[in-house]
Amino acid sequence: MSRAAAFGLARGAAFAGAGIAFPFVFSTAWIVNIGVLTLMYAALATAWNLFSGYTGYITLGQIAFFGLGAYSLGITFEHFGAGSGYNPFYALPLVGAGVAIASIPVAWIALRTRHMTFAIVTLTLLFVVQQLAFNLHSLTKGSTGLMLPTPSFPISSYDTPFYLAMLALTLLALGLCWLTLRSKLGLMLLAIREDEEKARGVGIRVTGAKLVAWSLMVWITAMVGGVWAYYLTFIYPESSVDPLVMIGAVLMTFLGGRGTLWGPTIGALVLVPAQQYMITKLGASQLYLVGYAAVFMVVLLVLPRGILPSLRSGADALRERRRTHRKRVARQGAPA
Amino acid sequence: MSSALLEIDGLTKRFGGVTAVDGCSFSVPAGTVTALVGPNGSGKTTAFNLITGYMRPDAGRIRFAGASVSRPDPTRLARRGLTRTFQQARIFPDLTLVQNMVAALQQPWHALLRRAVRSHEQARALELLEEFGLARLSEERAGNLSYGQKKLLEFAAVLMADPQLVLLDEPTAGVNPVLVEQIERRIRELNERGLTFLVVEHNMNLVMRLCDPIVVLDHGTKLAEGPPTAVRNDPRVLDAYLGG
Repeated sequence: MSRAAAFGLARGAAFAGAGIAFPFVFSTAWIVNIGVLTLMYAALATAWNLFSGYTGYITLGQIAFFGLGAYSLGITFEHFGAGSGYNPFYALPLVGAGVAIASIPVAWIALRTRHMTFAIVTLTLLFVVQQLAFNLHSLTKGSTGLMLPTPSFPISSYDTPFYLAMLALTLLALGLCWLTLRSKLGLMLLAIREDEEKARGVGIRVTGAKLVAWSLMVWITAMVGGVWAYYLTFIYPESSVDPLVMIGAVLMTFLGGRGTLWGPTIGALVLVPAQQYMITKLGASQLYLVGYAAVFMVVLLVLPRGILPSLRSGADALRERRRTHRKRVARQGAPA
Repeated sequence: MSSALLEIDGLTKRFGGVTAVDGCSFSVPAGTVTALVGPNGSGKTTAFNLITGYMRPDAGRIRFAGASVSRPDPTRLARRGLTRTFQQARIFPDLTLVQNMVAALQQPWHALLRRAVRSHEQARALELLEEFGLARLSEERAGNLSYGQKKLLEFAAVLMADPQLVLLDEPTAGVNPVLVEQIERRIRELNERGLTFLVVEHNMNLVMRLCDPIVVLDHGTKLAEGPPTAVRNDPRVLDAYLGG
């Protein structure tokens, strides 16, 4: 194994270790609750990055599949009474896969467009799913909302299973991104992002590669939606398909660094606790959105490429300056 | 003359009121370096775009390697062995030279999760980069190359998948004389090894030295087709080039 790969694995293991230890060290419910939300956004943003960050196809419709995941799990357990406790967690990969497979025909059509058109076309998916949730009353109970079975976890550590599920999904998303970046698939996606017409010209199956990345994004997103639904045990159309969640995930990816492995997670670690702090300080009013807007402005002005790429090029510049300095010192002889 | 690798029959493309390619028919015999020449706006690049599937023709038939190409698509054609370069060199600027080369290897579905650059692929890329004098830049970002070097990289990359026919769109435009010579030598060597070329080129000295046969287009139709000596003395060709 190369040194870079070993470092990557070590970093992932450190993150996983810290993540697992967190709810046992800070077992206060509200702190673990912020942990659940942070990891939810980290998983969503990482999944978004896996498709939009690597292919350059910006989608604003990812949250439609969060909602589909939430409702799929809710409907499965509400209408077919498949138990509670840990069972819903075990069903998640299948529920997610179902949503991912169902999304492929839609994606195949949407991917015939590019750039702004693609962003808008996928944005409409969000409203389509929301309208379906409102109107398919027999399945979703419409605006009344859908109750899921309340899990029988002990009150003192009620949030922990959800926290661990979100952590597992974040790690899964990070692992998939890592594998993608190291693989032929990643090379193809980057080539598509750089110049799709040229990529076709050298024989890259662009639609296939994009659909694989898309399906991975939807799979993770739907599972995150499922965990979220089970966590709240009550879902309704506005909350399960919430454009603000979408904007949050995209903003975190931009803040941390689009197209990087850890960027979206770093963005979530910074923004979600800040957002929760602002919500408690500013009350339930949506004034925290002003804070969001401010962050967006700062990112665009100061870190247009995000935290990680900026840090990296900063480090490169520093190394370069040291090297030229050493050369100059060597030329002029050691200073007296 | 050997059999035709590429046959174009009645190819037509209209843009509004302008007929860019108008019932054009010619063929590229296997094993040749065929030139496609003509004044500016005679439809050469449009013909390239039609042949390689970047545009859909309004009429006409294309046959490649003995089979008809019913719905030309760049990916599928590249995988059948028909590949091209662009007039303005197109490379993947944020990838390294080696990654650019390996990205042009046509992968089967089951290889999707393999390592991005495997060692034998790296070796093959370096071998070709060496031939094109780019090996010492192999880990450089391709966007950092000079324009001429980008043209060389693009040319080298399309060879990665062992194509049968390479369409070169103005391979020496905007390139210094030393590189022109290098590109010419590469084309000759590759041609000797059996690779067929179709070249759009404005440098007529180069075309006369390198290419046989030569196809001359004017206003989207074929004006002449034949060996350099015949084409050079064809009055219609002289007329189209020198005006009248």
